[in-house]
Amino acid sequence: MTAIARMRTGWNRANRRGDLSAAALALAPAIVLFALFNIYPLLYSGYLSVMEWDGFSPDKEYVGLDNYKALYESAMFRNALTVTFTYTVGTTLLGVAFSLLVAVLLNSGIRGQNIYRLVYFLPVVTSTVAAAVVWRYLMNPGSGYADVLLRDLGLTPPSPSWLRNPDWALRIVILVGVWKRLGFNIVIYLAGLQNIPKEYYEAATVDGAGSWDRFRRITVPLIAPITLLLIIMSIIDSFLIFDVVYVMTDGGPIGTTEVVGLLLYRQAFRYFNLGTASAMGWVIFAIVFVITLIQWKFFGAREAGL
Amino acid sequence: MSAVTARLEHGPGALLRRVPWSKLVIHLVLLSGAFVMIVPFLWMVTLSLKPVELTNQPPYLFPSTFEFANYSRAWDAAPFARYYLNSIVMTGGIVVGQVIFSSLAAYAFARLHFPGRDVLFMLFLGTMMVPFHVILIPSYLIVDRLGWIDSYTALIVPRMVSAFGIFLLRQYYQGIPRELDEAAMIDGASRLGIWWRIIVPLSGPGLATLGIFAFMFAWNDFLWPLVVTNDPDMRTVQLGLAMFQGRYGTQWTLLMAGTVTATLPTLLVFLLSQRWFIQSVAQSGLKG
Repeated sequence: MTAIARMRTGWNRANRRGDLSAAALALAPAIVLFALFNIYPLLYSGYLSVMEWDGFSPDKEYVGLDNYKALYESAMFRNALTVTFTYTVGTTLLGVAFSLLVAVLLNSGIRGQNIYRLVYFLPVVTSTVAAAVVWRYLMNPGSGYADVLLRDLGLTPPSPSWLRNPDWALRIVILVGVWKRLGFNIVIYLAGLQNIPKEYYEAATVDGAGSWDRFRRITVPLIAPITLLLIIMSIIDSFLIFDVVYVMTDGGPIGTTEVVGLLLYRQAFRYFNLGTASAMGWVIFAIVFVITLIQWKFFGAREAGL
Repeated sequence: MSAVTARLEHGPGALLRRVPWSKLVIHLVLLSGAFVMIVPFLWMVTLSLKPVELTNQPPYLFPSTFEFANYSRAWDAAPFARYYLNSIVMTGGIVVGQVIFSSLAAYAFARLHFPGRDVLFMLFLGTMMVPFHVILIPSYLIVDRLGWIDSYTALIVPRMVSAFGIFLLRQYYQGIPRELDEAAMIDGASRLGIWWRIIVPLSGPGLATLGIFAFMFAWNDFLWPLVVTNDPDMRTVQLGLAMFQGRYGTQWTLLMAGTVTATLPTLLVFLLSQRWFIQSVAQSGLKG
């Protein structure tokens, strides 16, 4: 071992010790906060999910998987899952399709790209509560601007109103979800589109491909990884929807917008069925976990490949 | 498109070619989309400036009356000043906490060697997968046990660190040349001294990105403040707005004045930083 190498190992060893104590200090706040407000609550809710407890009485009763069984048999929970799935699928598909259309048009070299992008992005930074309040009134029969505009376009509002009609309430909630998320998708799509080499399009044009062919044969396949990313992000976000329905419909009419988040909130903080609510939380976790695994499988592989 | 124009160049359509039809169609599509995007904002402002007695008149989109008194009426009808104070304190605490604690943790992950580092980092990242719904009830019980209900502590402390922030800043720190740390270490600086004097000053844009993300999240957050506050004096702006809607649901002009009030801070911050903010969103989104 040369003198320099020996010096290096000595230095490294001292270094490691210094690193450890510095790391302990630097990580202490994060570790304490994560342990107390993420890890412990996660385990604790797993524990609560096999208990029956109202949150007040000193005793919790062990009920095994009864809470999960009850959820499986509960028409209310099934309805909530169906509503949440419908919302998620609707918001995700419409959000991705419209944002791809807008991003491609914006990327076609037209003027005013920045101002369009700004306008489309505004809803993303707007509070969901405020957005829901405004949309609720926009759809208000007779005095809401959207209601009147739709009437002028020949769409008669359903009875008794858009948000009180069992067929329409969820559609309006989906519309708000798409409106809120579109700008985010557009920005991510635009970044992806700008990475596609211009030469591909030029070569295709020389070969006589029309704009639809170029979109279908070049843009769509090359942008597919981003589409998948956006779909998965949107599914995870949409699945956890709460604020919009809380403000706009409170789950009604007749449960047609009762999403799982709202049901869980009610079970926990209005009816104090902490066991049932925790089991619901774990079902949501399981679903989101599977979706995240899919994301990792696709994107982990893609990033390793690059 | 250009194949078509090339053909037109020689034909009788040469004049037609000068009208950029395809561009017109594109603008038309984009404008109608932008219209849907912007209507709620226009509508909210217009309505907040309408005299109360005209509320149920046929709606129009651009403000033609300017009843600014609606704002003071709304602020009188509900303690919006108090809500604002609460939101500012909560948001400020969360932003400062996230920036400092995420930065410290990110420094440890990016620069220091210690056993179990990668496992710990994966564990932190893993918490991003846990939906908030799952930890909501136990977190509430913990905060209740600590006696924090109806306090700023409950609103701030549980959200003072974010896995996303640690991830974002770690990426950023890995881009700062290590030679700078090593030079400072030879000069006798401590690890945390290096963090404070070298890493932090060089990571302004990274810290600002996290700060703005944290600001948007905290200002707009709803479910956690809803759960940990009962006292009307501890409500944030978003909560206050939701309650205001329940109570003054028919007084739309006042409600819209409240809504403008609630959205203004994030909209202003966004408009001031928009180019850079959008770029940050695109980058962090693409990184996953």
